[in-house]
Amino acid sequence: MLLIDCPFCGKRPELEFRYGGEAHIARPDDPSEFGDKAWGQFLYGRSNQRGMHAERWRHVHGCGRFFNALRDTTNDRFAATYKIGEERPALPEAQGAVEA
Amino acid sequence: MPDLGQARRGVLGGVDPSSGTGMLAVLPPLSRLIFRGRISTIGRVAAAFGVEPAMEPCRASVSGERAALWLGPDEWLLLARESEAPDLIEKLTVALAPLSFSLVDVSHRQVGLKVSGEHAALLLSAGCPLDLDRQAFPIGMCTRTLLQKTEIVLWRIAETAFHLEVARSFAPYAWGFLEQAERDL
Repeated sequence: MLLIDCPFCGKRPELEFRYGGEAHIARPDDPSEFGDKAWGQFLYGRSNQRGMHAERWRHVHGCGRFFNALRDTTNDRFAATYKIGEERPALPEAQGAVEA
Repeated sequence: MPDLGQARRGVLGGVDPSSGTGMLAVLPPLSRLIFRGRISTIGRVAAAFGVEPAMEPCRASVSGERAALWLGPDEWLLLARESEAPDLIEKLTVALAPLSFSLVDVSHRQVGLKVSGEHAALLLSAGCPLDLDRQAFPIGMCTRTLLQKTEIVLWRIAETAFHLEVARSFAPYAWGFLEQAERDL
């Protein structure tokens, strides 16, 4: 079974987690100042990355906490997990590279 | 107004706890409180509750008949004797008064089950995806996890004994599943 490294609980089976969409999409500080187009982009615009993708996960059947993860969408490998609020970790080139 | 205390019935009322080979047991009712608060509140909880909540992830601390189980970085399950909940809530609320926190009585939300015996870990492995080896899951470790289709709190209380907290509505399911797993051992 795929193990996901929860930043709080350690390596746990995939069954305990829920996917939470793309990470690092900040809600606008003042939505009323935000145009329709920009708002639409905030709601629906996603990078749909092929390769290393920063995304949110929730350890719903564990500590219940959201955290961020870097996962390669081409092979489902988790390269890193980190707490909400932390910077996206830089990965060595070889690890982050996507096969053409 | 009906007396709810009088009307209270066990959700596993029809279950004969002596069935099977005796690896499964229903635990007597307990007081259960979910405490949520910042790290700075823990000292006051320890003073009022008598057990210092574990700061290490997935660990339970026990003192006498009371226990505090780590469920998340700001969430603990406090266990005590059945009759103590109202007093504990009052004591903790007073002790924590100026700080923000959350304290919820979930005594009747879940049912305690005990799985014990030489093959207890093997039995649970029928439905729990965690590594229950004594190295990976030592005595005193506790966590929310899954048992087949239902969420449980799993707590290793001895080398060969586990305490399970199952949601009341899922208790007959969990019991049935464990009974089946015991037959299949």
